Amino acid sequence: MKIKVIVTLKDGVLDPQGKAIQQTLNGMNFSEVKEVRQGKYFDIEVNTEDEKKAKTKVEEMCKKLLANLVIEDYKIL
Amino acid sequence: MKSAVIIFPGSNCDRDMDVALKKFGFKNQMVWHNDHEIPKSDLIVLPGGFSYGDYLRCGSIAGKSKIIKSVVEFANSGGLVLGICNGFQILTETGLLPGVLLQNKYQKFICKNVHVKINNKENKYFKNIKKEILELHIAHNEGNYFCSEDELKSLINNNQIAVTYCNENGKESDEVNPNGALSNIAGIFSKNKNILGMMPHPERMIDKYLSSNDGSFFFENLIENLK
Repeated sequence: MKIKVIVTLKDGVLDPQGKAIQQTLNGMNFSEVKEVRQGKYFDIEVNTEDEKKAKTKVEEMCKKLLANLVIEDYKIL
Repeated sequence: MKSAVIIFPGSNCDRDMDVALKKFGFKNQMVWHNDHEIPKSDLIVLPGGFSYGDYLRCGSIAGKSKIIKSVVEFANSGGLVLGICNGFQILTETGLLPGVLLQNKYQKFICKNVHVKINNKENKYFKNIKKEILELHIAHNEGNYFCSEDELKSLINNNQIAVTYCNENGKESDEVNPNGALSNIAGIFSKNKNILGMMPHPERMIDKYLSSNDGSFFFENLIENLK
């Protein structure tokens, strides 16, 4: 089965890429855009059908590698 | 004195570091990232570059490589570990040093000479060094040092801030902060000062005909302090 993970920067952590994207969107006349925060998305295929077990493992992966908890949060979808 | 430079796929300052260490008297060995053991050394260096192509986050994959376990053991037993640039990023990703190196504030790869002030000389790296301010080279896209407020307080209280960006007279300000680093931090120590991570490259400044000579002060002093 596939487990999806989103990693985002914590609030208050500078995101220069997000800022540049926001400014570009504003420049393209999307004047409603107030802020953009860029993140990462992972599709992780695991060899089990036990969703609970898989998500527990993926959570461990997030803590150990996929996210740097100093600056990032993760969400398992 | 013996040293070891770890080479990761994508390291590109490993040979410069080898030349610098040898020039100032170290017997240096190069160690491949897939090895398990590091030969007996007085100093281990994690060099600059783009280990594993900077995939995921700078230094994150190198931080999980086979050789890192030996580096962590060596560091935890009090051994001297020096991380330059990507080496600094790897040290934060392994947890040997606190904080993280974010992308530069203005989204640019910065490649230029800077001045840094030595903030703490009570350690093997800077004890007795003849200069207070060094002119060194930086070349990075992720050098914006960041940590939590509590962590910053702890760094200050334990004298862990090693070098800070400043002007040629030693004055720190936003104007001379190239990447937006917190408190102009260019390098930090571990709590017991045996681990040093810094963004500037002393190994690029060891020949007065090619560049500044200020890296020479660093290496000359380091080997003297280890004798």
